[in-house]
Amino acid sequence: MALYGGQRKMNDLRVFWRGIFDENPTFRLLLGMCPTLAVSIAAGQGLGMGLAATAVLVASNILISLLRSVIPDKIRIPCFIVVIATFVTMVDLIMAAFVPGLHEVLGIFIPLIVVNCIILQRAEAFASKNGVWRSTLDGLGMGVGFTLALVLVSAIREILGSGTLFGLEILGFWQSFEPMGIMVSPPGAFIVLGLLIGLINFLSLRKA
Amino acid sequence: MNQIAVIFFSAILINNFVLIRFLGICPFLGISQKIETALGMSLAVVFVMTVASLATWIVQTYLLLPYDLVYLRTIVFILVIAVLVQFVEMVIQKSSPTLYQALGVYLPLITTNCAVLGVTILNLNEAYNLVEALVHGFAAAVGFGLAIVVFAGIRERLELAEIPEALQGFPIALIIAGLLSISFFGFQGLL
Amino acid sequence: MEIKKLLVSSSPHVHSQNSVRRAMLWVLAALAPASLFAVYYYGAYVLLLLVAGIASAVLCEALILKLRHKPISPAFDGSAAVTGLLLALNVPAGAPWWLVAIGAVLAIGIGKQVFGGIGHNPFNPALAARAILVVSWPARMTSWVGPGLVSAATPLAAYRAGNAVPSHFDLFLGFRPGSLGEMSVFLLLVGGLLLINLKIIDWKIPASFIGTVALLTWILPREGQTAFFAGDPIFHVLSGGLILGAFFMATDWTTSPITKRGRIVMGVGAGIITAIIRLYGGLPEGVTFAILIMNACTPLIDRYTLGKSFGSVRGAA
Repeated sequence: MALYGGQRKMNDLRVFWRGIFDENPTFRLLLGMCPTLAVSIAAGQGLGMGLAATAVLVASNILISLLRSVIPDKIRIPCFIVVIATFVTMVDLIMAAFVPGLHEVLGIFIPLIVVNCIILQRAEAFASKNGVWRSTLDGLGMGVGFTLALVLVSAIREILGSGTLFGLEILGFWQSFEPMGIMVSPPGAFIVLGLLIGLINFLSLRKA
Repeated sequence: MNQIAVIFFSAILINNFVLIRFLGICPFLGISQKIETALGMSLAVVFVMTVASLATWIVQTYLLLPYDLVYLRTIVFILVIAVLVQFVEMVIQKSSPTLYQALGVYLPLITTNCAVLGVTILNLNEAYNLVEALVHGFAAAVGFGLAIVVFAGIRERLELAEIPEALQGFPIALIIAGLLSISFFGFQGLL
Repeated sequence: MEIKKLLVSSSPHVHSQNSVRRAMLWVLAALAPASLFAVYYYGAYVLLLLVAGIASAVLCEALILKLRHKPISPAFDGSAAVTGLLLALNVPAGAPWWLVAIGAVLAIGIGKQVFGGIGHNPFNPALAARAILVVSWPARMTSWVGPGLVSAATPLAAYRAGNAVPSHFDLFLGFRPGSLGEMSVFLLLVGGLLLINLKIIDWKIPASFIGTVALLTWILPREGQTAFFAGDPIFHVLSGGLILGAFFMATDWTTSPITKRGRIVMGVGAGIITAIIRLYGGLPEGVTFAILIMNACTPLIDRYTLGKSFGSVRGAA
């Protein structure tokens, strides 16, 4: 969380970019674990969830940033939650109407975007202290970072657990491949995410 | 009665909220370094989840349904929970300052604990009656507590281990959670 | 908490490599008769599986130690070999060699090395790997065969289905289908009693584990029936992985309690879970998961059974 007074010097591009790599919410900030574990059985799910969360994140960042001088400090957290919950409700209804299949697959994790720590954390740490444009960039960056992380985890689980990617058979050439059932069940989610974060830690330790 | 027992044991063992449903992961990973803190957190969560199940059921049955406002459930439920947690925080602060110190910043985090909002929405989805909703909320929290306390025991013991640097912290915690999750698989098909 | 680590008992918390190697070699020796029986019953193919298990485990551990820039001699202290052998003994005879190899790698990699190596793993590595294999390739892990690799049902599966089961005598000697290490109760007992005699394992765990299973399977009614005290405890004690698990896996030093009382608690707990899963659960065998769950509870068991001997234990000290 490298956000203090000096951030004004951080150029806009950096605000966006760090959400994808240096401060990736899933792999570096270690937030938003629940959905990452739960809706990563197939890459399509991960992508869908990531986009939905990004939409809410950007929208709430914008609104909170606009209202930041108006929201009283003592009750700011409940206010943030109401804003976020409103957008989640909108996304929930829109998805139910336009992509019912995805809506059903993501299930209760759509309303649970409300308590996705990423969104609340960005509101608290950035949107409530920065202008609208930068808050938009921050939301986009973090959202894209989260989506990429979700897709990565889901892709691994889907390929090893079902032999497909986005529903397409991609390991067909390997005749004797037998899918690893654990990948599409809860323990596999934990272990894949754990090893992945470990790998990324390892790579960044090497770089340093 | 049979249905109640099924709901109770199912929420703890077969569909454990943390290990199988993936609800409540953030506090599970974040507050499980010491057994005592895990226990304290679990008790707070049991209280919040049970009362939240009650409160949201009442709101759903007497407010949202009759006035066709069910689409507002997310906003309304999370507000109810936020108020509840605030209340619990005040009570703990008055009655047990040591516990309040220990839980520190984690108490308000119960608001964002997906398990709490999750169970209230599940109660709604499953159309549980009042007793079923209460039992479900209570059992789900007990399952959460069970998982987090066992987990804390393992983590405390691992403090002396030479875990590879890249895996320290969250990665190893997730791997342990995975192995714990798979041990609970033995209970599948029990009910 | 540090007090617990200084307790002198039969745990390897303070150990030299030599004492570990000595113990591990005896465990291998104790498992040898039952393993060779499986080779005799099913054929030379089984030997391939056993070797694949041991070799994969040892190589995996050596490789990981090398990558971590640590000395690789612990890979040859026998503990990896034991894990590899136990893993191989937990698969059906018709399993492909790659299943055993992957299992061994999972056992050493995820079950043991990520935690820092011997003495630190919270779960029994061979069982953790077996559980992963069962969830990953359920068909492969539950396709048991008779001699000549003709498919057959295990005694426990037959029992649940209400079909005929082998006689107690056959079960005892080992003439029945099952995973490689779950066959000759007689030879496993020989090995197990040898280890108890050498004080390498503690008798309290197998005794309480097996005793509890026997008691509960005798008292509780079978699924769908209501008659109490009508069970067949001898059948239950002799079938499935109970003997293998109780003597060779639940007793693993690292993953079982230190205190005497704690060990009995573990045995009883594992026994209860095994009996319940066997009688009413969705799987015919529950030993694997019962032991894994009790492994997870071991730190708590130690914490709460230790207090009584040493006065009060300070909590968050």
